[in-house]
Amino acid sequence: MGSDPSRLWRTATYAVPLAFLALFFAYPLLSILERGLRADGSLASPLGVLTDPLTRDVVWFTFWQALASTALTFAVGLPAAYVLGRFAFRGRSVVRALVVVPFVLPTVVVALAFLAVLPAGLERGWIAILIAHAFFNVAVVVLVVSTFWASLDRRTSEVAATLGAAPARNFREITLPLLAPSLAAASSIVFLFSFTSFGIVLILGGPAYSTIETEIYNQAVRIFDLRAAAILSIVQLICVGVAVWITLKLEAFVVVGAGPRSERDVLRKPRTSRERGLVVGALGLLAVFLGVPLAVLVERSIAVGDGYGLDAYRALARPTSALLATPWEAVWNSLLYAGAATVIAVVIGGLAAFAVANSTGPRALDVLLMLPLGASAVMLGFGFVIAFDRAPIDFRAAPWIVPVVQALVALPFVVRIVAPTLRAIDERQREAAAVLGASPGRVRREIDLPIVGRALAVAAGFAFAISLGEFGATVFLARPDTPTLPVAIFRFLGRPGEINAAQAYALAVVLMALTAASIFAVGRLGVRRGWV
Amino acid sequence: MTRCHKSALVALLAAVLLAAAGCGGDHPPTDVVLLTHDSFAVSDAVRQEFERDSGLKLKILKAGDAGEVVTKAALTAGNPQGDVLFGVDNTLLSRALDADVFEPYESASLENVDPELILDPDHRVTPIDHGEVCLNYDKAWFAERGIAPPRTLEEVTLERYRDLLVVENPATSSPGLTFLLATIARYGDLWQGYWRKLRANGVLVVDGWEEAYTVRFSGAAGSRGNRPIVVSYSSSPVAEVIFRKPRPRAAPTAVIEDSCFRQIEFAGVLRGARNEEGARQLVDFMLSKRFQEDIPLAMFVFPVNREAELPREFVEYAVVPRLPLELPPDEIEANRDRWVREWTDIVVR
Repeated sequence: MGSDPSRLWRTATYAVPLAFLALFFAYPLLSILERGLRADGSLASPLGVLTDPLTRDVVWFTFWQALASTALTFAVGLPAAYVLGRFAFRGRSVVRALVVVPFVLPTVVVALAFLAVLPAGLERGWIAILIAHAFFNVAVVVLVVSTFWASLDRRTSEVAATLGAAPARNFREITLPLLAPSLAAASSIVFLFSFTSFGIVLILGGPAYSTIETEIYNQAVRIFDLRAAAILSIVQLICVGVAVWITLKLEAFVVVGAGPRSERDVLRKPRTSRERGLVVGALGLLAVFLGVPLAVLVERSIAVGDGYGLDAYRALARPTSALLATPWEAVWNSLLYAGAATVIAVVIGGLAAFAVANSTGPRALDVLLMLPLGASAVMLGFGFVIAFDRAPIDFRAAPWIVPVVQALVALPFVVRIVAPTLRAIDERQREAAAVLGASPGRVRREIDLPIVGRALAVAAGFAFAISLGEFGATVFLARPDTPTLPVAIFRFLGRPGEINAAQAYALAVVLMALTAASIFAVGRLGVRRGWV
Repeated sequence: MTRCHKSALVALLAAVLLAAAGCGGDHPPTDVVLLTHDSFAVSDAVRQEFERDSGLKLKILKAGDAGEVVTKAALTAGNPQGDVLFGVDNTLLSRALDADVFEPYESASLENVDPELILDPDHRVTPIDHGEVCLNYDKAWFAERGIAPPRTLEEVTLERYRDLLVVENPATSSPGLTFLLATIARYGDLWQGYWRKLRANGVLVVDGWEEAYTVRFSGAAGSRGNRPIVVSYSSSPVAEVIFRKPRPRAAPTAVIEDSCFRQIEFAGVLRGARNEEGARQLVDFMLSKRFQEDIPLAMFVFPVNREAELPREFVEYAVVPRLPLELPPDEIEANRDRWVREWTDIVVR
């Protein structure tokens, strides 16, 4: 088998991701679920939790708020995805970098900013939850959809227009079906993030609202009823599995168009004043929606007494007892972790994307890849504690477990961004190359890679941002005392005193700047390597 | 294909196992691991002093908030993640003891500790610090309006203090839970009536301390809040002085002593610790004058060692309530969930 490199490659594309997920996701999660269900020694009673009217209310609220959040996110994000996916204009890559900024911010910081911005009456309750979810997740819609849109050949819809199709019909019958895979990919991610949302629901929802995820936390940590937490986790996994299955069906629905093109061939300058108006309008909407809460954070970071100053930023260079280190060391730690997590996520996710895009590939891998986004983060964190507790796999205090878990959350992004593009590659291009004598490896290098390069770059940027922002189970891992940026922000925010609050906001601004810079740099890299 | 897939999986697992096995060994431990919560802090100099004196490297492992740390310790009882656990407090103590996570150890340094703070006669845990959760108020707010600030828990329910109080949700916040316990300790079975009065008087409930104190409370520097009374800590006025530039001559906020509930934080040697001898040394060190004097400015709580001197700022601006409210840990453990549920029904629904 080793003599056949193509076969070895195909095996690796799913064996490596599968092994990774089995070891670092399925095993710890199943360990904690098993422990929870076994807790009382009786298996007869899951009905008690399942039939509790409270559970029903929580599941119902979780579902509809996630659906509504996804819809709102698309309403805000699609216009911008359109102009970024169709037009070339000055500052385009800056916009694409800035839009990711909200995505990485710690929820508590954003929630506090929202409390300051939203008008009284709206500041708390389900409307605030939906707005905050849209604020966080709009980056997913804008980047995933616009990246895919920018690879769609203009000529298809231009031909339709020439043949007399009205713009609305053209969009409905040509563009929308072509875009479907990326719409499905983006909506599944946004839905899962809203479905398992934790901090936003706690702070902005107020004490009257809870989702399955907050209820799991409540049961596991506050009430210490692991059995109820395990049952709720399974309910959540099933809901997520079903949602993922549906969107995967949609995503695989590929309309064969003219094959993906390089952005350079697709994007053009807006010509008419109507087109220019569209660009300004769509981006203006986005700027107001994202800009106002971010501006509040910046303002808070420079507020000193009744005036303004940079005291909080200067204080970042000094060691503080809140961290046992200087805040700048936290910045450095964050960059190291995020770099490692990005490498893991891009390598394993890239392999998985090939396996998934291959239609004969196993669908189970596809669903399994998405589940880390939908699993309860707190239960997974506990799972690590009991699963990796004995030599030779006593990883509980290993520093590398942090980037590994971050990669777990970043994996679905890499796959969802890369797989639709891979699927859309015209098989005829590959066949033509093969007929002309190119080896399968060379086909991958010279046909697939240049086309997916852009998608891989976007995915890497997301993976980096996710790791900078510390999503999911990393929050619940026990970790050596190497503070990262989000940890430092929490630490400062948790202490009374003026300079502490200002430093928390100053670090949030640093996190924003780092995120924008890294996404921008990844985009530039793509341009230099000729991927764009 | 299937065969390939299996062999690849086996190869990967084997590689992982080999790599991990290489790290194990039977050398005597050269380090001691402190499992603790996210708010733990110690000065560099003090940490180095322990490492120099004991010859052990001090590794600090932070595992979430106090509730998460205790839950993790309970899940791994007998095969712990560290050698010493620090940060279990009297509201969580029974849960940890019921889960049998500690090995008894009676430190010789306990002779300098007020016996009232030693809650476990079997010495499975050792008190390290204490602090109080108290109502804080904004002095300037009351002075500007010529209203006398409330002096007792009972007075907060008076009409003239309508819409002035912000508290944290006891279901999600540790100080929120502690304040609920304060009212139960004070009013016993009548605590629900007290909260009905608070609700009628416009109490605001928020999710966590961060929002309550930094956003809603008018007395925090830089806050635009409009609530001059908040649930916070007895040390918060000190922080309002030392983290403000220029330092004010008097603390801008003050504590309502009558409302204070005592939180004691304990450390314990974890059962099954890899380095039990080092764990005991660490507990001794945490009771030593050196560590105890570091506690106030590092963690904003008070030392338990009577010989430890308080920093000047604490002497000047902090209040140690003479008779803080308390409840037995087993009573807290037995009723916590029910109390929180009943509180939710009264105050939120």
